[in-house]
Amino acid sequence: MPRLTRQQAHQYWRRNLSLMCKLLLVWFAVSYGCGILLVEPLNQIRLGGYKLGFWFAQQGSIYVFVALIFYYARRMAALDREFGVHGDER
Amino acid sequence: MDLRTLSYLVVGATFVLYIGIALWSRAGSTREFYVAGGGVGPVANGMATAADWMSAASFISMAGMIAFMGYGGSVFLMGWTGGFVLLAMLLAPYLRKYGKFTVPEFIGDRYYSRSARAVAVLCLIICSVTYVIGQMKGVGVAFSRFLEVDYETGLLVGMAIVFCYSVLGGMKGITYTQIAQYCVLITAFTIPAIFISLQLTNNPIPQLGLGSKIAGTDTWLLDRLDLIVTDLGFDQYTTSARLSTLNMFAYTLSLMIGTAGLPHVIIRFFTVPSVQGARSSAGWALLFIAILYTTAPAVAGMARLNFNQTIEPAPGQYLAYEERPQWFRNWEKTGLLAFEDKNGDGRIQYSADAASNEMVTVDNDIMVLANPEIARLPNWMIALVAAGGLAAALSTAAGLLLAIASAISHDLLKGMIAPGISERAELLASRITMALAVLGAGYLGLNPPGFAAGTVALAFGLAASSIFPALMMGIFSLRVNREGAIAGMLAGLGVTLLYVFQHKGVMFIASTSFLGDMPPNWFFGIEPNAFGAVGALVNFAVAMVVSRCTARPPADVQDLVESIRLPAGAGEAQAH
Repeated sequence: MPRLTRQQAHQYWRRNLSLMCKLLLVWFAVSYGCGILLVEPLNQIRLGGYKLGFWFAQQGSIYVFVALIFYYARRMAALDREFGVHGDER
Repeated sequence: MDLRTLSYLVVGATFVLYIGIALWSRAGSTREFYVAGGGVGPVANGMATAADWMSAASFISMAGMIAFMGYGGSVFLMGWTGGFVLLAMLLAPYLRKYGKFTVPEFIGDRYYSRSARAVAVLCLIICSVTYVIGQMKGVGVAFSRFLEVDYETGLLVGMAIVFCYSVLGGMKGITYTQIAQYCVLITAFTIPAIFISLQLTNNPIPQLGLGSKIAGTDTWLLDRLDLIVTDLGFDQYTTSARLSTLNMFAYTLSLMIGTAGLPHVIIRFFTVPSVQGARSSAGWALLFIAILYTTAPAVAGMARLNFNQTIEPAPGQYLAYEERPQWFRNWEKTGLLAFEDKNGDGRIQYSADAASNEMVTVDNDIMVLANPEIARLPNWMIALVAAGGLAAALSTAAGLLLAIASAISHDLLKGMIAPGISERAELLASRITMALAVLGAGYLGLNPPGFAAGTVALAFGLAASSIFPALMMGIFSLRVNREGAIAGMLAGLGVTLLYVFQHKGVMFIASTSFLGDMPPNWFFGIEPNAFGAVGALVNFAVAMVVSRCTARPPADVQDLVESIRLPAGAGEAQAH
């Protein structure tokens, strides 16, 4: 396993943190934002039989959560390969 | 075939499956016992995590709670799923990289302190024991309703099954059994939902059915539901918030942080072979959980609609008590459904007004269990629901018991009392603690302490306010030290316990609550169950401040933190 320099290790970590912050912003926006804080204005919009705010709270936020984790896992696996810290497993 | 025979057959078949897996997957080393040898693939681990995570509360109670809370019930949906995002990004990959067996072990090493490890063991045991009592009750109740045996007998059979596969197989046995249990419980939850959705809306996908028009009409299902419940005087289904926006916010946050901090969920991620596996496994876990969690709101809305339409087929046309359907009679026997003819007309008037409402008891829990009967689905589906409820309760109980047993045998015995103990002796010790934990949980299920009802919320509050912040700061901060972490954990725990006890009574004995369980006395109107979020904030703040005022952590601990942030080398632990 190639050892990273201290600087490379910090760079890896900063890239990880920046990706994480962006994704957690989305995490916050769909649940606390659309599902709770903005639920009343969003409920004026309809998605089929659903009021949109209600849909985010009971359906939409969960779908986004799943997508967020898979996206994070994929991007991080790519980052791991870029820095040569992937290890040799799946 | 009658329902009872069918239930025996279906439940019996699943039990044979679980025991078969137990015999096939015996653990031969402590590594297999605690983390299944670290060789479980991400998808398989995701499925096992989903079963581990979804308890009797998710399977039986949650849809019922949503059915009666409407939009307010969303806190459970978002809270119990959003926590996995935190787990996948903030904890799981790093704890997997660290590569040890238990959560307190990490806290002890990161904060170079046996006291910190002991505090973590204490938090873990309180969380897990309070949680396991609820599962044991769920097992007993499911047995007594569907198989018509005593609550006690049901509980003993359930204990015997868990005993078999968890004591023999440890994490290895539990993992493979949980995969089977996931399949059983998800089938049991979704099949009735699909049929009910088809009946009501002609759409076989419940998630879409809830947003569709009622079959043969031009009315949206949710609009009809809103109309019916507001006619009866209840709050509108799709907009009724839980107390206040701030309370919903705090409640959701508590459940999310609590979910990410629950030890029995975290240790599941120690079983995958790599850091990348830990990340994607969290995604698979949430995907498998989301299948149930996005179906549950559909079940909730449709069950509420069916229930109301059965009792009051058309506005002002009330069902005569003598003509009540069979499921109504069955559930009356359990005391979970009760009718009182207040105006003496022999008809059932159901309304939000306590003075004239004649449905004096409608328990949340009957919604999922009675749903197939209310929708007049065939008996085999009802038997399947019984097996599903048992699978949900048993899988979670086993995961919790393993977390407790490993904390005692690995952290207390090997870590503190007898560090020189051999692997064989530790494996034996962990089997014995596991057996004792099963017996202890059974005892608590047979003689539930008076505070059992309030305790599951407490488990989340404790995990949120003590374990999660300590783990997260341990990874994301180089500066937080021993003093800070211990002070933070105790402060977070203390604030949360104090708040819950002052409103709910010390140890949930209502007469000792010194501020009373009433909203005007609540801190910014936050209910006690939602206070874990505030406890977590207190924990973070105290830990930061105390750490700033005391010495930096030693250099080797800072190196440890730097090393767990990089994924390479996570596989090493697998080799020995």
